Amino acid sequence: MEIPYTISTRPDTGLWNAKIGIWLFLASEVMLFGALFSAYIFLRIDAAPGTWPHGLLNVPVGTGNTAILIVSSVTVVLAWAALKMRRYRVYWWYMLATISCGVIFLTVKLAYEWPQKFEHFGAYIKPDALGKYEKYLGNERRAEKGMEPRIEITGHLHSQNAKEYEVALDPVNADPDNPVMDRPHFLPLPVTDKIATIEKEDVERATMFLPTHSAYFASYFTITGLHGLHVLGGVLVFIYMWLPVSKRLYQRNPEHLANRVEVSGLFWHFVDLIWIFVFPLFYLL
Amino acid sequence: MDASTSVETHQDPHAHAAEHEHHELGFWRKYIFSTDHKVIGIQYGITGLLFLLLGFSLMMLMRWQLAYPGQALPVIGKWLPHIFGAGTMPDGKMTPDFYNSLGAMHGTIMIFLGVVPLAFAAFGNFVVPLQIGAPDMTFPKVNMASYWALFVGGSIMLTSFFVPGGAAKSGWTSYVPLAAFSDAGPGHNPVFNGQTLWLIGFIFLITSSLLGAVNFITTIIQLRAKGLTWMRLPFFVWSQFVTAFLLLLAFPPLEAAIIMQLMDRVAHTSFFLPAGLVVNGAPVSISGGGSPLLWQHLFWFLGHPEVYVLILPAFGIVAEILANNSRKPLWGYKSLVFSVLVIGFLSFIVWAHHMWMTGMGTAVSAFFQTTTLLISIPSVIILSAFFISLWGGSIRFTVPMLFATAFLPMFGIGGLTGIPLAFNSADLYLHDTYYVIAHFHYIVAPGTIFGLFAGVYYWFPKATGRKMNDFWGKVHFWPTLICMNVIFLPMFLQGMAGMHRRWYDGGQGWNVSNEHTIWGLTGFQWNAPISWAAWIMGLAQIPFIINFFWSIKHGEKVNDNPWEATTLEWTAPSPPPHGNFVHTPVAYRGPYEYSLPGRERDYTMQNEPVEPAERTRRKPPAELVPA
Ligand code: HEM
Ligand SMILES: [Cu+2]
Repeated sequence: MEIPYTISTRPDTGLWNAKIGIWLFLASEVMLFGALFSAYIFLRIDAAPGTWPHGLLNVPVGTGNTAILIVSSVTVVLAWAALKMRRYRVYWWYMLATISCGVIFLTVKLAYEWPQKFEHFGAYIKPDALGKYEKYLGNERRAEKGMEPRIEITGHLHSQNAKEYEVALDPVNADPDNPVMDRPHFLPLPVTDKIATIEKEDVERATMFLPTHSAYFASYFTITGLHGLHVLGGVLVFIYMWLPVSKRLYQRNPEHLANRVEVSGLFWHFVDLIWIFVFPLFYLL
Repeated sequence: MDASTSVETHQDPHAHAAEHEHHELGFWRKYIFSTDHKVIGIQYGITGLLFLLLGFSLMMLMRWQLAYPGQALPVIGKWLPHIFGAGTMPDGKMTPDFYNSLGAMHGTIMIFLGVVPLAFAAFGNFVVPLQIGAPDMTFPKVNMASYWALFVGGSIMLTSFFVPGGAAKSGWTSYVPLAAFSDAGPGHNPVFNGQTLWLIGFIFLITSSLLGAVNFITTIIQLRAKGLTWMRLPFFVWSQFVTAFLLLLAFPPLEAAIIMQLMDRVAHTSFFLPAGLVVNGAPVSISGGGSPLLWQHLFWFLGHPEVYVLILPAFGIVAEILANNSRKPLWGYKSLVFSVLVIGFLSFIVWAHHMWMTGMGTAVSAFFQTTTLLISIPSVIILSAFFISLWGGSIRFTVPMLFATAFLPMFGIGGLTGIPLAFNSADLYLHDTYYVIAHFHYIVAPGTIFGLFAGVYYWFPKATGRKMNDFWGKVHFWPTLICMNVIFLPMFLQGMAGMHRRWYDGGQGWNVSNEHTIWGLTGFQWNAPISWAAWIMGLAQIPFIINFFWSIKHGEKVNDNPWEATTLEWTAPSPPPHGNFVHTPVAYRGPYEYSLPGRERDYTMQNEPVEPAERTRRKPPAELVPA
């Protein structure tokens, strides 16, 4: 028994099966990420003053990753076009490029960006102790300018004992009254060597930059994590289509392989598209 | 009409054998890891029926506690602790936690493991490809994966009964913050605890539904037989088509919510948790900044379309059976199709009617009240069209028809009692009472479940080549119908008297349930007759179970079209071989050509070519037009 229209198109719909299938699947993915982004917006609008951090992510690295994904979107189309022209070697190389882009993206995310966050420390100061740390927070000036107060001191945790944290301060807290610090920076500023001592009894909550840190990082890790899983899925599928198994399919029925690449390419474009939303939402805004 | 005329289904008996000449699959590939839509449909069906039975059994236990709170459950009360753990029913008396687990799991199992697999996946899988004249689903392997995802999800849900602390206990809606903190802390595993397993199991169930939905929609778009245009599709196919879209688009937001709740429980994030929560007297150390309302929005964004996922397939089944047994075309086919499409669309914009208590502003609530009332219009159109379809028919009261006709008033009661809930002023009082329980159970129990029973009796001959026994079918039907009403009708009254849906003691400790009498019994006292009706209804299912299994081997043998129906599935052999049809069917006409004037039989199948004489006779012959 043969299922009709797996490769050829059905005349009245003009489509083959998997193409409809993937578009439907992508519709459901839009709803999945749509819900997550809505949650992000909901939480952000609701966030109490000072609890939604800004400028903590590394923008140049994020930009680089964005570029890599865009390039991979192009190479996957070229791979598909090569198959359509029945040029397998060319296909093979473009596919390899696509796979490499995916792998680089994931490596940057998992081996560099995430761990960097895990090493960063933040201490939320109790409301009644904020004045005591004014020299790190600069709230008087911010109040005058009508800006949200700062309630957290961040940096690298040098050491701690039963009573205190010693923190090498981020530039924001090292020089809080400098207007330059009012906005996030494109190039991330390194942690300073200025050390602050924070008493534990003044601290409401102190954590590394983990999902537990704030609603911001909770959504950041959840959404980029889920997006990363999608990238991983795409890469695995591409690897399968690049291995010799698929060459045999190509020899039997090149159009079938081309269709498969088209379908997974659509998925890959979608994964890129999600990143195009993730990048501004988390890195820039 | 004699039987010999009905065997015109373009098949000769030897064709079966010819179909089977390709290599035979081994037992495992043929019955367990099969990619054949019929086998998968039957797997889904049996799984769904078993889970319905299980979910119902959980409820029968709860009914004891409601009717006789604090008393030891006789006989089985002694051995239940050996199954569910010593802490659940010490001395046969149910603990509050165990009661809550039973309630949460009853809802979850009935909806996501009982009705959805049976109504959507089982009937959809078995019937839809046959009705559209397709050899199989478009993606047979995805189809198999979808069943096994359900299997894994169901197994995880079942396992959760046996982990320390027992199964999830925060209701089928798993409202936060309650759900975020239940089954946590000392004595609970961080992952293998009731609520966390509920969430993980759910991810598998959602995956299963998504795969199924993609497959169904693609199949209906791509594999319709030649000549089977959209307006010639049986209504059942339409209802499955819309249902698939609901699943496809409504489930992912719940999946997102489940991922977030999982993060809240396992990674201690605060998606749904505001700052300053105190649990068991101690402040919890979380970042806060989350919103419990966010969960409710995401949950009901699925939740409301989900209730239509439960009812639309039943509409479809009932439509087929009504037309077939009244020997008349379905009345208002086009309005039915448009109504079901409108329902599908509107069901995405009514969800907040489950949240009137959250204090939304007047503008928002006006919007949702309006949409909720709008959605009842297509529902009423469908129900009316069904009733009118019966008018003037020569009705055959077969067992499927009994269930299908009983469906109509039962669904009517359920739907009409939803209207007061659509107004927030009325609902503020009725919310979370037994009135709501009665409202939706009238729709899903004597409604959907009757539709499902009807479908089982109706398509059983297609799957097995044999009919289920009529007499025992009636013995199943009548007590079930009566018990359903004894169970759910008083619940409206209990609810209006103020009885809360989650009281563990059946209301014994609350004045409202003891002061008001309804027909001579207090709200609390009504629990006992309701419970007895539930247990009797449990017994009434025994004839069905026996009939089902007995008929597989010993039922009356019937031909390929025992109900003298018109749609394409009845042109295939019973049971259909791998690949389904002996000759690829071509459709020449609409799905319900019953009692065409001037024909010798009162049904004309979709694959019967239009005769030249018919063309000139688009209108009924003069002698049939009333003067
Ligand atoms: C026909 C028009 C309908 C209207 C106007 C309506 C309205 C409502 C409203 C406003 C509620 C919320 C009540 C509350 O929680 O206080 C509700 C609950 C519910 N309805 Fe309906 N409904 C209708 C049809 C249906 C159908 C067709 C189904 C299912 C097949 C259904 C299933 C449910 C369920 C399951 C709940 C309760 C959910 C829960 O709180 O656990 N309803 N209905
Ligand atoms: Cu609803």
